[in-house]
Amino acid sequence: MRFEGTDTYVATPDLMLAVNAAITLQRPLLIKGEPGTGKTMLAEEVAGALGVPLLQWHIKSTTKAQQGLYEYDAVSRLRDSQLGDEKVKDIANYIVKGVLWQAFEQGKPSVILIDEVDKADIEFPNDLLRELDRMEFHVYETRQTIRAAVRPIVIITSNNEKELPDAFLRRCFFHYIKFPDKETMGRIVDVHFPRLKQNLLREAMEVFFELREIPGMKKKPSTSELLDWLKLLVAEDIPPEALRSKDRKTVVPPLAGALLKNEQDVHLFERLVFMARQNR
Amino acid sequence: MLIDFFLHLKAKKLPVSTREFLTLLEALKEHVASNSIDDFYFLARTCLVKDETHYDKFDQAFGEYFKGVQHVPGLEADIPEEWLKMLMKKHLTPEEKAKLEKLGWDKLMEEFKKRLEEQKERHAGGSKWIGTGGSSPFGHGGYHPEGIRIGGESAGNRTAIKVWENREYRNLDDTVELGTRNIKIALRRLRRFAREGAADELDLDGTITGTARNAGWLDIKMRPERHNKVKVLLFLDIGGSMDDHIKVCEELFSAAKSEFKHLEYFYFHNCIYDYVWKDNRRRHGERFPLWDVMHKYGEDYKVVVVGDATMSPYEILQPGGSVEYSNEEAGAVWLQRMLDTWPRAVWLNPEPERLWDYRHSIELIRSIFNSRMFPLTLAGLERAMRELNK
Repeated sequence: MRFEGTDTYVATPDLMLAVNAAITLQRPLLIKGEPGTGKTMLAEEVAGALGVPLLQWHIKSTTKAQQGLYEYDAVSRLRDSQLGDEKVKDIANYIVKGVLWQAFEQGKPSVILIDEVDKADIEFPNDLLRELDRMEFHVYETRQTIRAAVRPIVIITSNNEKELPDAFLRRCFFHYIKFPDKETMGRIVDVHFPRLKQNLLREAMEVFFELREIPGMKKKPSTSELLDWLKLLVAEDIPPEALRSKDRKTVVPPLAGALLKNEQDVHLFERLVFMARQNR
Repeated sequence: MLIDFFLHLKAKKLPVSTREFLTLLEALKEHVASNSIDDFYFLARTCLVKDETHYDKFDQAFGEYFKGVQHVPGLEADIPEEWLKMLMKKHLTPEEKAKLEKLGWDKLMEEFKKRLEEQKERHAGGSKWIGTGGSSPFGHGGYHPEGIRIGGESAGNRTAIKVWENREYRNLDDTVELGTRNIKIALRRLRRFAREGAADELDLDGTITGTARNAGWLDIKMRPERHNKVKVLLFLDIGGSMDDHIKVCEELFSAAKSEFKHLEYFYFHNCIYDYVWKDNRRRHGERFPLWDVMHKYGEDYKVVVVGDATMSPYEILQPGGSVEYSNEEAGAVWLQRMLDTWPRAVWLNPEPERLWDYRHSIELIRSIFNSRMFPLTLAGLERAMRELNK
């Protein structure tokens, strides 16, 4: 099994190598990068390209490691016992399988996405060390051990909100998706808008990269915002001339709201435009 | 050969482990990468480096090791900015130095203001505009007998009168893990467990009581799980005389960042006034008014200030005493205001305790803080945490 990128996802050679290393050696792959660089998309695309099922586990601040394995729904069992339900005799009826369990019992390769692992408690990654290492865990209530017949491909994303423990990092491959350069960005846009007018694309990219260069920006526009903006430009049928470079510095580009999502950034940008206009 | 490579990385202070090295060898055995050096570079990086902040270090170490093997990608990029800037420094001859006129202090300030207004873009070299290198009295890395230093090291000439660190203070590197273990243990004293948030744990005692009251019909009681709910605000002095203590501060910061779930940090310079900031590179673009900080973080936050408290007493007592800008209210007023907002506060001082009596400013701050100043040592940290827990 090798991952070579897909029609809808542009992967750089170093990213492909990292994914393939993780597939071959069957270790988890940790992905970091600026927001909107396609971290979560990667898992979907890998699963799609390899033709295997994708199991997603989105982490919240209240998520516990145990929930990925299984949960014992004691409360409904207690209730059932009060109502005299027959189900209550077998504890297995109240074991709810988590994402890892579901992946382990597939019996064929699958992709597990553990999304935004840094959202969880500090202890969360440590609690999963053994499970991800050995791909097995013990169910205390039913006294059975769940073991993966085929080790799933594990892709973990992080937004750097918390540091991850060293012991966890040692067991992963790591890749940092850096912000795409102009050439890669061109290919990404091509994938999403195959029939975009070349001059519109060129002007739009200029505007976009100039915006990212402005110092003091709180939230730099990312790839997904560029794509949204292009979609709007196309939908509104904005001519490329509107983005023309000679007055780019003195006019707020059309539909800039799709790129700048922060009030202060908009103010900053408007002030810059205002200043440029005065200096003319 | 690769063992040498591994040891080389270790020598370059990259946090690589044997396990990761074995993974790399395994990957090579499985032919994950082709035999080109580019692929090997990517593979080694994905196996060995687990944090993008180490990428730069890895690139340099990799390049050094494989020098002469072949052209290596990544090496040409990411030369430290500081280094480039220092390269720009002109080597002036003594004659040239003598030629620079000595401007008086007042005139210097006046000129500086004027040029700040005049200057519209970044500038390097030359002898008038503010920028790097060059022999104008303003900017850094240059030489002028009575110059004002703006950012960066003072080029070894040490003649700057007033420090105008505009953007070059580097952010504390919180990735230092070495030696932070002990600090983490000390910080753990601050843990305070409390039940808060979503009720997702069965409260057995409550359920039994509730069911009994309910005449035997089940009455399930839930309760939130126990969490460490201590909240910490960290204020870090940065630059100037704190440069000597960077290492210990980095260690403290690194330990604190992974130990507390609710940790907010801000930087200040020498004494706290109207503004603090979070990112040193943008300290003038992105300032946080202290009023806002005081309103945002309630009194349940515990405050830890880290600073050497070594400055001119004017900086604490006089309005306008700040070395950075003209502050309307004295530092002491702001410090008192902080203590009123957050009664649980300590000051950690990296200077040795025995020197404290000899410095007037330390005495002053100590009395404002009601003697809650502790040395930045393990023992001092433990005392400080105990004080915060009272």
